[in-house]
Amino acid sequence: MDIPYTVEVRRDTGLTNGKIGIWLFLASEVMLFGALFASYILIRTGAPSWPRGDTILNVPLATVNTIVLITSSVTMVMAWASLMRHRFGTFRIYMGTTILLGCVFLVIKYFEYSHKFHDGLYPGTNNFLALYFTLTGLHMLHVFGGMVVNAYFLGPGAKLWKTNPVWFTNRVENSGLFWHFVDLVWIFLFPTLYLL
Amino acid sequence: MSEPGAVAATRPHAAHDLHHEALGFWRTYVFSVDHKVIGIQYAITGLLFLFFGFTLMMLMRWQLAYPGAPLPLIGRLLGEARMPGGMMVPEFYNELGAMHGTIMVFLGVVPLAVGGFGNFVLPLQIGAPDMAFPRLNMASYWCFFLGGVTMLVSFFVPGGAAQSGWTSYAPLSVIAGTGQTMWIIGMLFLITSSLLGAVNFITTTIQLRAKGLTFMRFPFFVWAQFVTSFLLLLAFPPLEAAAILQLMDRVAGTSFFLPSGLVVSGQVLQHAGGGNPLLWQHLFWFLAHPEVYVLILPAMGIVAEIVANNTRKPLWGYRSMVYSLIFLGFMSFIVWAHHMFMTGMGTAMAAFFQTTTMIISIPSVVILTALIISLWGGSIRFNTPMLFAVAFLPMFGIGGLTGLPLGLNVADIPLHDTYYVIAHFHYVVAPGTIFALFAGIYYWFPKATGRKMNETLGKIHFAGSLVCMNVIFMPMFLVGLAGVSRRLYDGGAAYDFAQPVLHWNVVSSWGAWTMALFQVPFIFNFFWSIWKGEKTGDNPWEATTIEWAAPSPPPHGNFLEAPQAYRGPYEYSVPGAAKGFVPQYEA
Repeated sequence: MDIPYTVEVRRDTGLTNGKIGIWLFLASEVMLFGALFASYILIRTGAPSWPRGDTILNVPLATVNTIVLITSSVTMVMAWASLMRHRFGTFRIYMGTTILLGCVFLVIKYFEYSHKFHDGLYPGTNNFLALYFTLTGLHMLHVFGGMVVNAYFLGPGAKLWKTNPVWFTNRVENSGLFWHFVDLVWIFLFPTLYLL
Repeated sequence: MSEPGAVAATRPHAAHDLHHEALGFWRTYVFSVDHKVIGIQYAITGLLFLFFGFTLMMLMRWQLAYPGAPLPLIGRLLGEARMPGGMMVPEFYNELGAMHGTIMVFLGVVPLAVGGFGNFVLPLQIGAPDMAFPRLNMASYWCFFLGGVTMLVSFFVPGGAAQSGWTSYAPLSVIAGTGQTMWIIGMLFLITSSLLGAVNFITTTIQLRAKGLTFMRFPFFVWAQFVTSFLLLLAFPPLEAAAILQLMDRVAGTSFFLPSGLVVSGQVLQHAGGGNPLLWQHLFWFLAHPEVYVLILPAMGIVAEIVANNTRKPLWGYRSMVYSLIFLGFMSFIVWAHHMFMTGMGTAMAAFFQTTTMIISIPSVVILTALIISLWGGSIRFNTPMLFAVAFLPMFGIGGLTGLPLGLNVADIPLHDTYYVIAHFHYVVAPGTIFALFAGIYYWFPKATGRKMNETLGKIHFAGSLVCMNVIFMPMFLVGLAGVSRRLYDGGAAYDFAQPVLHWNVVSSWGAWTMALFQVPFIFNFFWSIWKGEKTGDNPWEATTIEWAAPSPPPHGNFLEAPQAYRGPYEYSVPGAAKGFVPQYEA
């Protein structure tokens, strides 16, 4: 049995099921990170003193990471746009690049983390570091999750392109929406943790 | 049950038609993606957890009625660590209290009301072949199942299950034993499950409604589930955030909820400090107040369906009910701190939350009033579903009205954390929501099985439950008004001021145990009727909504041909209509 509107849009809503689903999911993600940012504000305003982020964290590395993530968002759009133009080969290049940039982000984050651990700075050290590790850790899990989904569309999931290209394109678009959201979270995290 | 695969194999030409049945036992009944099977899985698991949570409470009621007395027979079975010589230790009492609340709310009522009824009824009522994301639906059930298993297993870890109340207030919960970590992990599974469910319900409602089924033609139950799904979608993530922070506090040694210089058992705790215990309360209640509406809105939806069907009249004020529902959903996000008047929040904050709390009572009253006026002048059929639905109205009314003093700062401070609060919200949830859920089970049982439940047993179940519910909870108002705190291990026996009301504890307890006896006819009726109940047609209640257009039980894909909605949901008592009513799905 087929579920209607998985591939074609419903006339009166103008949307596919997947498109509504991913936006609803992102709405709940906004609430998740919103609650964490609210916690950050509450804990910081209640603290007698608070370190400036750049005195503890490595701003140049994080800047590089910001550029990496924004670039990956661009390549993600290009991957989807390639599918819209029926260029599957280009899609694979762009999708591969997106995943690779995700890896670069995680590797740089790994160096940042291990440097902190090396200096004896742990989540339990103080609440600034507790927030730093929790927020960036959760964000990294999201990056990793997005990479897994993208890798699926580059690998086994790409079979769908042969049988139902429209559906495949929609799916890549939806995973792209998630990827942009993860990027956006970082755009908020970077100034909040590193610069303020 | 015959092996479906064998049928397909012996009739090769029918193999294509029976494709879905050829999936085999595991894919058909266990790892099914069919919304009806998942709905029934949710409902049965939810009922089992309700029963389990009820059992925990019956144990607590022994300790409250007869503090320190050894519990005959059962007491010794629970082990020397928990009940030495049959006498309950305080830690075990706390375990029972925390897990009763957690299980009833997150593993009993919500899975039954949303996972069970939502999954089974909603797609049928909107004329959809299934949910929009069947595999997510299955994932949602199994996440819920894992969450339930985690909670159950936590009883067996060293130190037992969580003991910090269903609210898990910090810092108590942060310094508690391993059971609390299991509680958090269980909650993370449950949150994931409800997130998947909410996305699915909203998408299904918007996208898969039948041709002609505009939003204002939705049955009220669909609206209730739709608004509930938004609450689940947007209110649960802050609790997820809170759970992650608490997990970090417990596992990674952070101090999100631990203030500086915290002294535990005479020792200053070695931690960074600087955290805020109130942060937990804010994040928790940001979920848990909308959660109250997650518990009550589906119940209102069920009651509305049954009231319209059995008064044989259109719902009075359908549109105002729908607008009230939406307003209720929105307002439920900005009242949470009325649970926190005791935290010394200051008059400005308290004034804001008192005002929003008073405002949110208005749409609830509109819905309840509309349902009561709907009864007016109807030729009411008092079958079992209707009895439960009608009883819901005054029971929920008592629960709602006794909540008003709790929403006002001045009145809340003496009543806070007393048995008055317990009585108030149990009137909302137990004889309120749970009665509506019973009503729903009796009402939609013929759709799920093709057979009716026995009316006589149903009426015994109803009458007994109604009396017992009031015997359990009405005395708690008196105990609470006398000032007895809800978390006392001895029910107040150690305090002089509580002596005049202590006998009410005994009354409540006997009410609870008698109530258990009155569930026996229901349990028997449920299983007996699956196989031996009176056979019914597709529309035994002469209802107008689309789910009754499907065969009973509906096949895979639900409808024999795609249904279409031609009119509003409750066209009963239509003058000149052949049967006195016109179904939504008939041209």
